[in-house]
Amino acid sequence: MTAAAPPRLELLGITKRYPAVVANQDISLAVRPGEIHAVLGENGAGKSTLMKIIYGVVRPDAGEILWEGRQVEIDSPATARRLGIGMVFQHFSLFETLTVTENVALALDAPPPPAELAARIAAVSAQYGLPVDPRRLVHSMSVGERQRVEIVRCLLQRPRLLIMDEPTSVLTPQAVRTLFQTLRRLAHEGCSILYISHKLDEIRELCDSATVLRAGRVSGRAVPRRESRESLARLMIGHELPVTRLPPRTPGAPLLEVRGLSLKSADPFGTALRDISLEVRAGEIVGIAGVSGNGQKELLAALSGERPVAADAVRIGGTPAGRLGPTARRKLGLRYVPEERLGRGAVPELSLGLNTLLTGSAHGLVRHGLIDRARVRELARRVIERFQVKCDGDRTLAGNLSGGNLQKFIVGREALLASQVLLVAQPTWGVDVGAAALIRDALIELRNRGAAVLVVSEELEELFMISDRLAVLAEGRLSPTVPTAATSVEQIGLWMSGAFAAEPAVPARAEAVHG
Amino acid sequence: MSPELLIAIVASSAAAATPLILAAAGELVAERAGVLNLGQEGMMLAGAIAGFAATVTSGSLALGFVAGMAAGMALALLFGVLALTLQTNQVATGLALTLFGVGLSAFLGRDYVGISLSGLKPLALPLLSDIPVLGPLLFNFDPLVYASLAVLAATHVLLFRTRAGLKLRAVGESPHSAHAIGQPVIGIRYLAVLAGGALSGLGGAYLSLALTPMWVEGMSAGRGWIALALVVFATWKPWRVLLGAYLFGGVTVLQFHGQALGIEVPSEILSMLPYLATVLVLVLICRNPRTILLNQPMSLGQNFFPRG
Repeated sequence: MTAAAPPRLELLGITKRYPAVVANQDISLAVRPGEIHAVLGENGAGKSTLMKIIYGVVRPDAGEILWEGRQVEIDSPATARRLGIGMVFQHFSLFETLTVTENVALALDAPPPPAELAARIAAVSAQYGLPVDPRRLVHSMSVGERQRVEIVRCLLQRPRLLIMDEPTSVLTPQAVRTLFQTLRRLAHEGCSILYISHKLDEIRELCDSATVLRAGRVSGRAVPRRESRESLARLMIGHELPVTRLPPRTPGAPLLEVRGLSLKSADPFGTALRDISLEVRAGEIVGIAGVSGNGQKELLAALSGERPVAADAVRIGGTPAGRLGPTARRKLGLRYVPEERLGRGAVPELSLGLNTLLTGSAHGLVRHGLIDRARVRELARRVIERFQVKCDGDRTLAGNLSGGNLQKFIVGREALLASQVLLVAQPTWGVDVGAAALIRDALIELRNRGAAVLVVSEELEELFMISDRLAVLAEGRLSPTVPTAATSVEQIGLWMSGAFAAEPAVPARAEAVHG
Repeated sequence: MSPELLIAIVASSAAAATPLILAAAGELVAERAGVLNLGQEGMMLAGAIAGFAATVTSGSLALGFVAGMAAGMALALLFGVLALTLQTNQVATGLALTLFGVGLSAFLGRDYVGISLSGLKPLALPLLSDIPVLGPLLFNFDPLVYASLAVLAATHVLLFRTRAGLKLRAVGESPHSAHAIGQPVIGIRYLAVLAGGALSGLGGAYLSLALTPMWVEGMSAGRGWIALALVVFATWKPWRVLLGAYLFGGVTVLQFHGQALGIEVPSEILSMLPYLATVLVLVLICRNPRTILLNQPMSLGQNFFPRG
């Protein structure tokens, strides 16, 4: 790379302030042609805002953007695309009721006739190893397939800078490998790539250089290959990576039992559950891996009591609970942290105090039919303190908390109240590293106290960290449950694509049943 | 039933259906872009008085229809400025537009009450209209009856066969995604709302220039609301609007011919039928979430803020 050629993109002193927070403060970075440049940072560090500025979705308050040495004003995504900037969003920008071809056509300025475009989509998807059927409707596709559509759509615009926002959070390990090959190939062809992530290993494997953000500022620049996991983490979070330890423990009696659970999805595009059996014993954490959309939503609804099932299909502490609703199951000792924080896990318009009351009313917070405000607030304050929830106290509205903070509050609320069984979906999704460690420690502590914990997560790394046993949910079927120590990321990754169905499941099942 | 009566019923059904088709096609376009404009009744009345006044003043029916469209578009523009640019609540703004249109048309129409006008005449298609029975039955309508069918066909082609329609549907499904890939969401919604206003205004002008060629205060008599119901009835598909409009138009006509046909049902019951039918259709389509998911514009009624 010669020093004379101007960088493809250069940011100088970019600043963006929101009423309550400075999202980006004086950020500068440069990406050369053909370079894979990582933007590393925790959730809330300002990565997404910065990318939205580059893509013209958000206007900066100060700073300059240089495109191939020339100062430019990117005032809309249309302008960004005209310059040659493509972006693959974390939350996809696809139209579900349209076909792949139509989705691609919408993003092109002068698309060829549909038949010709379909042929070009097929050609590009073959060329980069991204299989996509141009005729299919997007709503019938899995998350991984949708991401391929997004990437193919970007590629057809012949971008000279591709922004990838946390692209691997929805992929199986095998799919991640394919994606990396595609990205390397693109970079080799001269396309610059901005790769947003908080996953240290991925960045060390893929990226040529990295800009690290912390609390809206550049906290360091690095060549990831020359750094260790620890040194990158220090740049990202300012201190050592917290260590999670899972002390060995012999589990007790089964507290949550699922037998032959089958359930049709309430969502027409959801996944039906097929004959699921599972057991979580006192003092163990069982992790359910899998790409979301494979029945996770349905399984959680059946376990939490949102969808009634056959009485014997779900037992809590030995009591048949399949027909019971959420409140009755809570009385049996089941606690639930749903995936959606706002609207399911918490009511955004209510204070944190009153949100404690929502699931804690059986814990002496209501006396003679009246709310005991003092005790409600005390419990809320305990959660806030114990889980270091950043807020102005128990009167703060839940909706005003950042995603990570609210997650700490909800997990904290359920963990403090949980006695027997805790059901957690995506425990650390969107949560920064420090808070994630806090949440994981709380789950492990609960397990050590003898509770049964079931964690449904897409983060394999995390599941391997905290689970005693692991299973995979794929296409509505549950794989055998295996001790974490006896499996590998490769095997779980293979199972995530549904490859366990052909294997004889008997030994693992037997192990699960007899404990 | 005598052939004459049948012909009369069919002819008046078609005439009754035409303003419904025009207004519903307009609303359908706006809703496909994600904009719920409840101001149909107001826009139709504005179209009716503007069209009538223009024709009385100029003597030209064509000018009257153009004036009706312009009036509908003017009200739609007002709606657009409020709901699209200033981000006011679409439901409240649409209701206000209806109330405004009712009042404004009554005010402007004070001097036109009692004036009569020779309305739009049937256009007998040469040769075809000479076929016995079928001729007068199918080929002896006024030009706007044919035009309304052409409007539906054009709406269908626009929405499902053109790039502009693809953009419009994309905006209606997910304005945020559309913005992210560089589509001018607000601009597309403005065009859809204005097109909707023009068609509603035309439907209104049809009332005062063809269906009953005179101006009466509040003469749309709830047709704007039926048009809104029709869009849902049609599950946002143009051709089903045709079916619904002729069904509802036929029911309206039955109110007048009921006695001649020996139907003893009170006309109030008959005039309830379109709404009951809509409720029934709503219940039926809601039983299948897939229908809703695939047809109802997902962002319907939601405002769009382009900046993150």
